[in-house]
Amino acid sequence: MFESLTEKLSSALRNLRGVGKLSEENMADALKEVRTALLSADVHFKVAREFVDRVQSQCVGQEVLKGVAPGQQVVKIIHDELVRLLGEGATTLSAARPLKILMVGLHGSGKTTSTAKLGKLLKKRGYRPLVAACDIYRPAAIDQLEILAKQEELGFYADRASKDVPAIGTAALAAAQTATADCIIFDTAGRLQIDHELIEEVKKLRARVQPDEVLLVADGALGQEAVNVAKTFHDALALTGLVLTKLDGDARGGAALSIKSITGVPIKFVGTGEKTADFDTFYPDRLASRILGMGDVVSLVEKAQETIDQKEAEKMAAKMMKAEFDLEDFLAQMQQVKKLGSMQSILGMMPGMSGVELPAGADKQMARTEAIIKSMTPQERRKPDLLNGSRRSRIAKGSGTKLVEVNQLLKQFQQMQQMMKMMKGGGAKKMMRQMEAMKASGRYPGM
Amino acid sequence: MFGLFKKFKEGLAKTVSAIAAKTHGLFGGRKIDAASVDELEEALITADFGVETADEILAEIKAAYKKDASLHGWQAAAIGAAVLQRVLAGSEGDLKPAASGPTVIAMIGVNGSGKTTTSAKLAWKLKQEGKTVTLAACDTFRAAAVEQLKTWATRLELEIVASHTGADSAAVAFDAWQAARSRGRDYLIVDTAGRLHTKSNLMEELAKIRRVLQKHDPAAPQHRWLVVDGSLGSNSIEQAKVFHQSFGLTGLVVTKLDGTSRGGAIVGIYRQLKIPIYFLGLGEQAEDLQPFSVENYAKAVFGIEG
Ligand SMILES: Nc1nc2c(ncn2[C@@H]2O[C@H](COP(=O)(O)OP(=O)(O)OP(=O)(O)O)[C@@H](O)[C@H]2O)c(=O)[nH]1
Ligand SMILES: [Mg+2]
Repeated sequence: MFESLTEKLSSALRNLRGVGKLSEENMADALKEVRTALLSADVHFKVAREFVDRVQSQCVGQEVLKGVAPGQQVVKIIHDELVRLLGEGATTLSAARPLKILMVGLHGSGKTTSTAKLGKLLKKRGYRPLVAACDIYRPAAIDQLEILAKQEELGFYADRASKDVPAIGTAALAAAQTATADCIIFDTAGRLQIDHELIEEVKKLRARVQPDEVLLVADGALGQEAVNVAKTFHDALALTGLVLTKLDGDARGGAALSIKSITGVPIKFVGTGEKTADFDTFYPDRLASRILGMGDVVSLVEKAQETIDQKEAEKMAAKMMKAEFDLEDFLAQMQQVKKLGSMQSILGMMPGMSGVELPAGADKQMARTEAIIKSMTPQERRKPDLLNGSRRSRIAKGSGTKLVEVNQLLKQFQQMQQMMKMMKGGGAKKMMRQMEAMKASGRYPGM
Repeated sequence: MFGLFKKFKEGLAKTVSAIAAKTHGLFGGRKIDAASVDELEEALITADFGVETADEILAEIKAAYKKDASLHGWQAAAIGAAVLQRVLAGSEGDLKPAASGPTVIAMIGVNGSGKTTTSAKLAWKLKQEGKTVTLAACDTFRAAAVEQLKTWATRLELEIVASHTGADSAAVAFDAWQAARSRGRDYLIVDTAGRLHTKSNLMEELAKIRRVLQKHDPAAPQHRWLVVDGSLGSNSIEQAKVFHQSFGLTGLVVTKLDGTSRGGAIVGIYRQLKIPIYFLGLGEQAEDLQPFSVENYAKAVFGIEG
């Protein structure tokens, strides 16, 4: 889509190369394309119009640059403006302690999951979080939160007998104090912004617990109504932030631009998968690229940096370079990759790959490989040559796989070792340098 | 017919008032002009019809306007509704039992779209009509999903086959079919875990549920319905395409239309895939499930009285 927007703009502006300035007239067709692109990404009608007007006024009068296609020049202006708009406002959380966070939103937007994810994240940052179950309507919503809290070892409060949500909030605060929690996250029921009764209820809860943060949890695939939803929630609750969910799908996320433009509420977090670790701080340039239809290289690189132990990685690279890499190292490396998330979510962050399907069972395949290596003795892992027929059968049995699978893995590993020997020459170093450079400039090829 | 329309309109009342606020001047007695065509476009786009469908409807209205410059707003609305009805012609789903039971309906869709609630609502509806129904709790993945459906079953006194979180969803489906068959039930409704269409490993799990059901009955599940959140935008079309490709959809249910969203994305889905729309979800209660009617939908969207 990004490519095609660039292409469309290039063709709409093709007569402009090297001829003077961008003007209202010569930009008309191009801006129509921009508008269509935004609308197709679910940006609200009015927001798209205002955005196009702003881009127009920025473009008009600009010299058409030499050496750059006018289409690319305009795309750059659009991208920058989008980043600016999306990025306004503080994206960090309040520094208050105890930190009280209220999660609100429509039905099925991902509040409960995001509550657990945020709890996990804050725990990692040194808080002692407690999550409070304030969804008394959806069947088993309390159970869902309780299970997640247990799984992430977060404090948990619920009162299954109570139908009084503000009172549950007050009791949760007291429970947090007793448990010496310094961060309380309130999970609330999904509600329509036009449901007066339920909006009143959450207003009362807000007044009672006085949260430092009120986060609207919104589905990244929301349509045009996102503006009305956000506006009403904002008017009623004075939102302090937005959590954009389900971004591991291929929705373009234009609703976020609508919400941001209409309410001014900053986007603080994004949800990128069903696992509680799939939760990230918000980066405007990534969302801008996404709305314009491009992958997210930067995310991937940073995620890799965050989760992969740097020293460990260097040690590995050195071993690879010397072709001393054994199955023990292979296992360790696989475990690091796994920390990044599912293979599919990794793929989703690569440019042009969002929406591309991984061959079925790629994650399963990895799990089997892991099982095979784990069934080897440390000695065998370090010296795969030891693995004769009987040892291989034992490993197959131990890992619940077939002998052919074990053989296949070993063969692949051999090939890999051979490749490493070939790379000893230094090709790998060059590759790494390239990646560093890309990351440092924060720019993608072609921009 | 009229009673049904009324009920539907009540559900969409808030919706209609929102669009009507925008379109009253437009669709009222005033003659239309360039500015009102612009407003009409806004009304169509903000209903999530998508650029293509919106353009098509607009083009027809403009053509009519060219022929008759004294065209009034209500006539424009009628044209809009007519175009919409034409685009959606044949899209009304009609749930029929299979030749030999149980008739299996699988509810699938992305996370949080309303599958579990719709499963419960549909079971309730069928029960009201005197049919016998078994529910299968095949979301064994999401925390407390099994409990959620069980709670519904208890509340509405429905029969359910369930295992525990982490169990093999296909095995649950297999057992549920067996139970429904041996008890001579008319319908088996299979609630599945939410999954984004971009995750092929999860799509594979759906295929497995299907394969396992087919061991009992090669035709099962006869109905494979995508539950679509009506408040989502253009991505619903992507969702439908991918689910259709890998699972062969036979129907749609559009939920959460009791809000202010108009669910226009279903028009895009129908245009591209021609999958019939069976029901609309108009609330969180058991009775908030309405059969889809093209005429009602088109009229409601354009604020035309039934
Ligand atoms: N207002 C309204 N809410 C609905 C409707 N249908 C479902 N919901 C609500 O939407 C939320 C999610 O519904 P579920 O039925 O749990 O959705 P699901 O697709 O089963 O969700 P997962 O299994 O988590 O993927 C719940 O709070 C439901 O009460 C509807 O038609 N209108
Ligand atoms: Mg469910």
